[in-house]
Amino acid sequence: MTIRVPVVENILSANDRLAADNRQRLDRSNVFALNLMASPGAGKTSLVERTVRALAGQVRLAVIDGDIATSLDADRAAAAGAVAIQINTGGECHLDAVMLQNGINQLDLSQVDLLLVENVGNLVCPASFKLGTHRSVLVASIPEGDDKPYKYPATYQGVDALIINKMDLLPYVPFRMDYFRRGVEALNPGLVTFPLSCQTGEGIQNWTDWILKQLKAYRRSKS
Amino acid sequence: MHELPVTESVLEITLRHAQAAEAKHVNEIHLVIGELASIIDDSVQFYWDIVSKDTIAEGARLNFRRIPAEMLCYDCQTRFFPSSDDYACPNCGSARLKIVAGNEFFVEAIDIET
Repeated sequence: MTIRVPVVENILSANDRLAADNRQRLDRSNVFALNLMASPGAGKTSLVERTVRALAGQVRLAVIDGDIATSLDADRAAAAGAVAIQINTGGECHLDAVMLQNGINQLDLSQVDLLLVENVGNLVCPASFKLGTHRSVLVASIPEGDDKPYKYPATYQGVDALIINKMDLLPYVPFRMDYFRRGVEALNPGLVTFPLSCQTGEGIQNWTDWILKQLKAYRRSKS
Repeated sequence: MHELPVTESVLEITLRHAQAAEAKHVNEIHLVIGELASIIDDSVQFYWDIVSKDTIAEGARLNFRRIPAEMLCYDCQTRFFPSSDDYACPNCGSARLKIVAGNEFFVEAIDIET
């Protein structure tokens, strides 16, 4: 006899459960974690370098870098002064909760206040896989074009903050800021946005101030 | 693309529910995928045939129910299906919109032999 069994269970629920475990581990050690997502070349690693240098001496910072191959990104984060762990995904297009767990295992969490997770450069896949981080941040950039919210809606919907990097290139690139912002606003109303340039340093302080504010609120919520 | 982990996850969910219902075999799996949620195309069937081998779900057919994006305008209450390259309200042009459908991404049901 054939019968229909109702299921109604989210695909990737196993990953979601592991992400919840990661979150608990971070919380036990009071580590506030950000998941940085972007397309390749948007400036994630440059942003990590800028962030590490700006926050040096104020917070103890660690970086977990996800990439398909090489340790170039972790090397740059380490050179900027952070404890850096490289995860090579071996071909996978995103980090998932298991990979982040492996990265966390290599850190002494008691020595960390802020963890930056640099996801694999990709605007599609990382959005589907929760990691257990406290906030997700999308790094967009001017040369990518103004149509990205429309082409990658899941990524734009799922983030808590948006960086618009390479603002110094705006005069040279046909980028309609109104059109871009309209797409963002529809998908993620009121999203906090930081236009900045990792090249010139313009706007970086607004971003690092936001991190410090979030970190403070996180600690307050736990005490 | 991440078809493989998605397929493995669908298999895990399917087998768990099939075993709980004491199924002898799984014939069909019904998936609901919203236009805004994730890009999963019919090639998942190809991965399915590999990962489901030697399980009671081997050879099951995957059915996709695709849900188009649908939005509600906060300013004039128009409900509409947005074009894929601009989200402005077609009635008043507002960008203050609520997404009412298109984010679905779940296993809805399985058809089993008992």
